Amino acid sequence: MARRVGLEVSLACAEAVKLANADVVAAYPITPQTHIVEHLAELVADGHLDAEFIPVESEHSAMSACIGSSAAGARTFTSSASQGLALMHEMLYIASSMRLPIVMAVANRSLSGPISIWNDHSDVMGERDTGWIQYFCENGQEVLDLTLAAFKIAEDPRVLLPVMVNMDGFILTHVIEPIMMPDQAEVDAWLPNYAPQLHLDPAKPISMGMVGVPEVYTEAKRAQLQAINDSYPIILEHWASFAKQFGRDYQPVESYRTEDAEAVFVSMGSLSETIMSAVDEMRAAGQKVGVVRIRLWRPFPVEEFTKAVAKADTLVVIDRNLTFGAPAGPVATEVRALLFSQGIQKYVANFQAGLGGRDVTRDQFKEMLAKAQRAKAAGQDMTCEMVGVKE
Amino acid sequence: MISAAEAIKNYEKITPKNIPLVEPFSRGHRACQGCGEVLALRLVAKAVGQNLIAVSATGCMEIISSPYPQTAWNVPWIHVAFENAAAVASGVEAGRKALIRKGRIADAGAKIVAFAGDGGTADIGMQALSGALERGHDFTYVCLDNEAYMNTGIQRSSSTPYGASTTTSPSGSHSKGQMTWKKNMPMIAAAHNVPYVATASPAWHLDLMNKIRKAVAVPGPAYVHIYSPCPTGWRCGPETSIETARLVVQTRIFPLYEVIDGKFVLTRDIKNPKPVEEYLKMQRRFRHLKPEDIEVIQKRVDADWERLLGFVKATNPEAADKAE
Repeated sequence: MARRVGLEVSLACAEAVKLANADVVAAYPITPQTHIVEHLAELVADGHLDAEFIPVESEHSAMSACIGSSAAGARTFTSSASQGLALMHEMLYIASSMRLPIVMAVANRSLSGPISIWNDHSDVMGERDTGWIQYFCENGQEVLDLTLAAFKIAEDPRVLLPVMVNMDGFILTHVIEPIMMPDQAEVDAWLPNYAPQLHLDPAKPISMGMVGVPEVYTEAKRAQLQAINDSYPIILEHWASFAKQFGRDYQPVESYRTEDAEAVFVSMGSLSETIMSAVDEMRAAGQKVGVVRIRLWRPFPVEEFTKAVAKADTLVVIDRNLTFGAPAGPVATEVRALLFSQGIQKYVANFQAGLGGRDVTRDQFKEMLAKAQRAKAAGQDMTCEMVGVKE
Repeated sequence: MISAAEAIKNYEKITPKNIPLVEPFSRGHRACQGCGEVLALRLVAKAVGQNLIAVSATGCMEIISSPYPQTAWNVPWIHVAFENAAAVASGVEAGRKALIRKGRIADAGAKIVAFAGDGGTADIGMQALSGALERGHDFTYVCLDNEAYMNTGIQRSSSTPYGASTTTSPSGSHSKGQMTWKKNMPMIAAAHNVPYVATASPAWHLDLMNKIRKAVAVPGPAYVHIYSPCPTGWRCGPETSIETARLVVQTRIFPLYEVIDGKFVLTRDIKNPKPVEEYLKMQRRFRHLKPEDIEVIQKRVDADWERLLGFVKATNPEAADKAE
């Protein structure tokens, strides 16, 4: 029987890896990811998880070891953040192009400089083109559920791609939340052992990581692109099967009070919970406003997103990092390109907020909306603006 | 865990009468004529046999063996990147260990061997190698040392010998070529207190293969540093590779030794060394050196040899007495 426990979200993530019976964990410590890997090391040390814990000497080696262990046929997990994720950058492309179903939890944190251990999305946004399936969690339950589901998705022979589970550093990783802990037997039935179709086996030799000459490189990349595009319905299929088994339903895009909303906020990660509170207050004041939260970022849920924002004429897109020298933040840029390519006219305002752990308050969300509406009425663009900068 | 000495006591020795016929690394690859590195690689693969799981760093040996859809590897092989062969091998080892323990794959005695060049070992791969040696993974790391970045076109590495002219350490009116002394990788590996470290040269092919047999037999990490002549990069005839690989030992420039459980063993004592000049003059990378430069190199080689004998004496007095 599932039981309700009070648990720090990092520990919930580690418990999901234990429930998944991971075979190998290779990790290097970095704030705010440490509690995840410390708890995993403990679970291995106490015999609760039968896995090899490789305490590597860097994140680059963490991902390299994960590639080796996944290629050997083992269910493989790691976790990182910020500079560590940046150090892995080179390896992330190789993990996905080799079609290795590694699962990684990222405790989202800003990037240096200046050095900052606090939360934003600049680390993961640097990795958005690495070919990993990527999604963003909003709360502890989602972290546990979607870490479990990540193995199921990644290892599906129709997918075979690594999955990155994003959770906001500190804001999510270091809070204690009530969490429904599934029963081990129930998880075992839903998530059997990884059965690789190909792995490094002397009885059946294969070569992995061969040279791609110009005559084959394009086709290899095309096959990889096809794989992540084709993974979309399979992700939904496994989330649906998770809902059936465990009773909690996850969709690629979550909408809150958007039914008749004229304006919607678009956000990712834990900030959405603050926005929902702000929306409740604005609704009480008579404003028709809602929130659309993008949970699945790669592959991008084109259809669901378009549908979710269909009725609103104003979008307020929140980016949690800067894109230096570009017209707008990464989420806003993609949203605008998507709408434009579909011939959909909307007023899209972009705000860059919550950088390096700066809190974003409900009042600030109200101000953003007011600003966007004023600019819209005045016929002005709201290309991109940083929120809460002290002048 | 048993000691390395114990583990290799009854290892299956290769002699001229029982050289393995298997070729886990097949012919038809695209290495240069006279490549000493690919010869060393082939000998390693023969010594390990069909139970080899190979991990390659980016470099000549990876490029020449795996242009998709062709492969020279008759055994499971993985290449990931330049700097991380040891880390990838760590993962392969840990993954297999977990799966064997959990009864999901059979333990058929597979041997994990990581291959990298000198750049992939002594420069960019040093951290990953040090980490893997320190953590004690059961694998063998083979450095195929051709003393520069040959795959990219003969750029100097920290393993390039003093005086060698390369494209990034060219000799000139203000330069003698490489101005630093070769990094001593086998000693760095030995400083990790791993069970087995050895140096080898393809000119002594049985010695090379037997060292590999021992390396894969010991529990935990083993490191084998193989001198690998590169006629293309060293500017010498492709027919001189073996001669060069012999002279480098006979001049005491590259001594052949083992470190077993921390005990140094000289595997080929060179009683009457040839002058280093004989070795240097065969390769055009050294042709700019003047007699006084060669004298400097000779003195360094003499001192290094004495230092090595000191290690033998300090760690293995019995063997040192026998040598004298």
